Amino acid sequence: MMNYFPDEVLEHVFDFLESHRDRNAVSLVCQSWYRVERFSREKVFIGNCYAISPERVIARFPRVRSLTLKGKPHFADFNLVPSDWGGFVLPWIEAMARSGVNLEELRLKRMVVSDESLELLARSFPNLRSLVLVSCEGFTTDGLAAIASNCRFLTELDLQENEVEDRRGQWLSCFPDSCTSLVSLNFACLKGEVNLAALERLVARNHNLRSLRLNHAVPLDALQKILMQAPQLVDLGTGSYVHDPDSDTYNKLKSAVQKCTSIRSLSGFLDVAPRCLPAIYPICLNLTSLNLSYASLIHNSELIKLIHHCSQLQRLWILDCIGDKGLGVVASTCKELQELRVFPSDIHGVGSAAVTEEGLVAISAGCPKLNSILYFCQQMTNAALITVAKNCPNFIRFRLCTLNPTIPDPVTMQPLDEGFGAIVQSCKGLKRLSLSGLLTDQVFLYIGMYAEQLEMLSVAFAGDSDKGMLYVLNGCKKLKKLEIRDSPFGNVALLADVGKYETMRSLWMSSCEVTLGACKTLAKKMPRLNVEVINENDLIDASSDDRQKVEKMYLYRTLVGPREDAPEFVWTL
Amino acid sequence: MSMPFEEHDYIGLSETPAMENSEKLASKGLNLKATELRLGLPGSESPERGNGLGVLKGFISGAKRGFSDTINGDSGKWVFTGNGGSDVDLGKNGALFSPRSVNGSGSEGTSLKEVVPPSPKAVHEKKPQISAVNGHGVAPAAKAQVVGWPPIRSFRKNSMAVNPPKSDEDAKLGSGCLYVKVSMDGAPYLRKVDLKTYSSYMELSSALEKMFSCFTIGQCGAHGVPLRDGMSESRLMDLLHGSEYVLTYEDKDDDWMLVGDVPWEMFTVSCKRMRIMKSSDAIGL
Repeated sequence: MMNYFPDEVLEHVFDFLESHRDRNAVSLVCQSWYRVERFSREKVFIGNCYAISPERVIARFPRVRSLTLKGKPHFADFNLVPSDWGGFVLPWIEAMARSGVNLEELRLKRMVVSDESLELLARSFPNLRSLVLVSCEGFTTDGLAAIASNCRFLTELDLQENEVEDRRGQWLSCFPDSCTSLVSLNFACLKGEVNLAALERLVARNHNLRSLRLNHAVPLDALQKILMQAPQLVDLGTGSYVHDPDSDTYNKLKSAVQKCTSIRSLSGFLDVAPRCLPAIYPICLNLTSLNLSYASLIHNSELIKLIHHCSQLQRLWILDCIGDKGLGVVASTCKELQELRVFPSDIHGVGSAAVTEEGLVAISAGCPKLNSILYFCQQMTNAALITVAKNCPNFIRFRLCTLNPTIPDPVTMQPLDEGFGAIVQSCKGLKRLSLSGLLTDQVFLYIGMYAEQLEMLSVAFAGDSDKGMLYVLNGCKKLKKLEIRDSPFGNVALLADVGKYETMRSLWMSSCEVTLGACKTLAKKMPRLNVEVINENDLIDASSDDRQKVEKMYLYRTLVGPREDAPEFVWTL
Repeated sequence: MSMPFEEHDYIGLSETPAMENSEKLASKGLNLKATELRLGLPGSESPERGNGLGVLKGFISGAKRGFSDTINGDSGKWVFTGNGGSDVDLGKNGALFSPRSVNGSGSEGTSLKEVVPPSPKAVHEKKPQISAVNGHGVAPAAKAQVVGWPPIRSFRKNSMAVNPPKSDEDAKLGSGCLYVKVSMDGAPYLRKVDLKTYSSYMELSSALEKMFSCFTIGQCGAHGVPLRDGMSESRLMDLLHGSEYVLTYEDKDDDWMLVGDVPWEMFTVSCKRMRIMKSSDAIGL
């Protein structure tokens, strides 16, 4: 029936499809749907920038207005990928500039972004409204200055956890007086100074500003002045939150905060004088999101006092110095909690601040809506995981990280197979799982059997044999990303089902048992995979022995063959 | 039944017999089954596993090629560590080989500690490097060497380096607060004050007066608050300014000093704890 509708109708119907997956599915139905869909798609999501070329993306989606690109593999976050591995955004910006794409939004994750790219971006796309950079590197504040100066309609500049070199160039002052369109400005990750007067003026003239995250260099008295100008804020990231609580400034801050009745999300507190925390109590009741994971200077007791005020929290990011008891307070206070992340506060030595399985169990018992967790802990037991699985069958993301990667259940000395098995069995909607602790092949058997919706699995120091990896590859039909480090999986597992990899975005294996020969075999059988071998220590070349184990292997499906920008130590087979 | 020791490289996978090093090890004539890791309750035979060193596999990054070399060198000492003889004991002490449990020093109580056998000396004596490479390493030392573990973004790791977390007990320098304990002779409990909130000795001493007045007068409400403020304070001030009590502090060199001699900032930096002493005890200050 749909075939007889004119294109405009189809297009209108497709407009209602939000996710790129739905649009991808729709475009496979028939030729005319493919055609209509491609000309009407405005938001394009590329999960792996090397899976396709910018030219082909633009050719297929000429009306693209918003591009999301992801570059380096996830383990790059943890220094497992050499820094010049790749993931450059410049070719994409160049291609879009050449083709006259009307780019309005660019979102990048784990990509290398140079100042040159930012300058080209700023000059080439007059309608650029939104730039979001997450975990990127390669640029300086000069690049930001180019964006600020040139993008007249900028609404969003969101910098999350990027490594940015500070050039002391007053980039913030580069926003012209005519810039009044900002809705979101996040520069919390920048290390350098900003011109405070320019910042205050910027905030004052941007009445639509909803989200503002300051960096470390913005002191409390500047915050106070900013809040006076922007009581409409919905999301606030404080800068340096240190002052004399008996001062006039602090009192002014208190009254400014009280006027900010729209704030729902709070973060920052990199530098904090705990005695100044009470100023924010009045808005805590409204908070749905609280990120204190950088606030290492807040004492456990003050954290708990603060949490008591936050009964509407849906998302909480916190440090493990909150302790099991503190998590108990969270469990009894935050009944709406959906996402919890507990980060380690002391990774270098042996600290006294930590959480154990008790905290996690308390949270699972107290927070019925919990669906996403990232939990760094000293230890975990099977019993606890089984209890958590029973309490919270709704997990979508479950990431557990024991600080000792191969620690067994300390009570029974058993591996944590049963515990994780309970999680995958109970949480039928689980999409993402990260394992840790002592684990045998058994856990992978469970994952293969039960984790039907699993899309991403992270494995470290786990398993006994190839069987483990095989269970997962055979069982998890929806698997998209598999990343494995330091586990005894080898050639048999790698080569058992080569077709599987075309159904996945990527596979990472490092410090495993895979040999060069097997990688070559795989590459030969599957021309639409790039099999990259990354050996920094012993450079691999044509003369290398096939029996040599590869340090790191990253393979991904691609339509465009081996990339041309690979550095010396990366060999695409 | 003793098996010749099979080559277990750092990830613990017992490889095909064609590994050249296993012959070297076998020829050493060591019964290394005794050190084979078994996890399970004491007295139970652990199930057949291809990998007896599951706990430690992969824990030591960068050491995989050298594992067999070092185990040759040091294995003698290491093998007999804590070797009570029976397999049952070693089964129970399997926890020894879990990196976590060998960490005798400094780790807070987890139940793992209970299974650490009494003489892991050989392991501890080694430099962290070697014991880690031996494959049965000490947790904190090995922890530091595992690249990318725990999995935290570099950005976050670098931020933590700049702002180290507060420790519960000790006074810390720099931004934030500077809590130190204050004890008073004869008082049933101590208090803590944040030196950063004061800017002079006067402020400190009046704050302390308020805090401890109830102890000297013995008139406290349910929450330790003096019931008759005016009278308590003036009475305490008399007591303190008279010679009944003396305010002292312990400095970084662990000496007890009289409060007031050095400039305020210098005091806050060097003060670890304070004690309100009875004058009669304060001889020699």
